[in-house]
Amino acid sequence: MSKPVLATATLAGCFGCHMSLLDIDEKILDLIELVEFNKSPLTDIKNFTKKCDIGLIEGGCCNSENVHVLKDFRKNCNILVSFGECAIMGGLPAFRNPIPIKECLEEAYLNGPSVKGNNKSGIIPNDEEIPMMLDKVYPCHEIVKIDYFLPGCPPSAELIWNALTALITGNEMELPYEVIKFD
Amino acid sequence: MADIINFTIDGKECVAEKGTLILQAVQENDIYIPTLCNYKGVKPQGSCRICTVRANDRLTTACTTPVGDGMEIENDTSEINDFRKSVIELLFVEGNHFCPACEMSGECELQALAYRFQMMVPRFTYQFPKREIDARHPKILKDQNRCIRCKRCIRTIKDEKGRSVFAFFGRGKNIEVNVDPVLGSKLTDKLAAKAVEVCPVGSILPREKGFRTPIGQRKFDHEPIGSEYKH
Ligand code: SF4
Ligand code: SF4
Ligand code: SF4
Ligand code: FES
Repeated sequence: MSKPVLATATLAGCFGCHMSLLDIDEKILDLIELVEFNKSPLTDIKNFTKKCDIGLIEGGCCNSENVHVLKDFRKNCNILVSFGECAIMGGLPAFRNPIPIKECLEEAYLNGPSVKGNNKSGIIPNDEEIPMMLDKVYPCHEIVKIDYFLPGCPPSAELIWNALTALITGNEMELPYEVIKFD
Repeated sequence: MADIINFTIDGKECVAEKGTLILQAVQENDIYIPTLCNYKGVKPQGSCRICTVRANDRLTTACTTPVGDGMEIENDTSEINDFRKSVIELLFVEGNHFCPACEMSGECELQALAYRFQMMVPRFTYQFPKREIDARHPKILKDQNRCIRCKRCIRTIKDEKGRSVFAFFGRGKNIEVNVDPVLGSKLTDKLAAKAVEVCPVGSILPREKGFRTPIGQRKFDHEPIGSEYKH
């Protein structure tokens, strides 16, 4: 039997959730035995080369590029998992959500203490090569269907490991009290 | 001798004194019911609905309903627990609860309830409301992003003349619990500490004292909320 295929992505996240995945320590060797990695920052495979069984998503959607990647993952992964608070509820980037996007951009490029007076042309970057900012940061499940959620900032290595092995083996997932934490 | 009445909790035969509230009667039988707006020593108000049980086939709040003779109470059932979980989820999406950056994370009753009821993600859409942090008072910060309007502070924190330091302001979904500017400026250390303690979430914070307890030693790091009850 061929190994299940795993893909991962970082959207509007800090890479901390991926670091937590690596935190499973020597079990990473078991993981490599259990699964084959496809598109992921860990393999540096940029485009899907085959249909995947499991996709892990870190971070929410703050721009058009994030939405594009997330939809690509939904299309190419049978099971999609939001891992970490940013993917689940927007996280730190979503602190901007109550503020209108125009005000955010003006603060960042025109009025903020580090830019005030320095941006003489008063331009807010708008090249079409630059991904378009969304009006707010969206949790992944508000953009595509997400099958499972692993809370935490980051989710503990134990939670990630339990979830992955349960998904791979088809066994029920172990959820001891101490592995579900939001911080 | 007081009147003794018989009732059942999830089929288990129990007794209580006539007039006892369901919450108390259940707790006396070493059984857990989640609570949020209820606070020991304060008249129950039945506003948060987290303590909902099914009593004689009717949904009702355990903290305000007296137990009746022959009453059949459903408490720990999948239906009731899912109802309670939905209340927790509503509170999470209604405010701005980013736990990783919250001073009360690990000690917060709302978060602890979410852990106990295994909330992986709220079923409702996040609202991301615009709320302020009020930092004008010398002893406390009032973070409106996390207030669940349980009124525990309004009902307990009073000055020597019995005046409430906290009060409602506004109406409907914009309602806020605010600090009285005059009474807030005169708040004693003791009363400030009590306000922090009484608030179930991270909406009333002591100034200059964030993140005091290391992760791993906080109240709900190892044991679920309600662990003092056997069932
Ligand atoms: S959940 Fe925490 S660790 Fe993960 S991407 Fe967001 S901020 Fe980083
Ligand atoms: S008040 Fe509680 S639920 Fe809200 S952010 Fe703080 S720890 Fe989380
Ligand atoms: S400040 Fe705290 S105690 Fe007061 S109403 Fe808000 S959540 Fe309840
Ligand atoms: S604890 Fe009973 S309604 Fe809030």
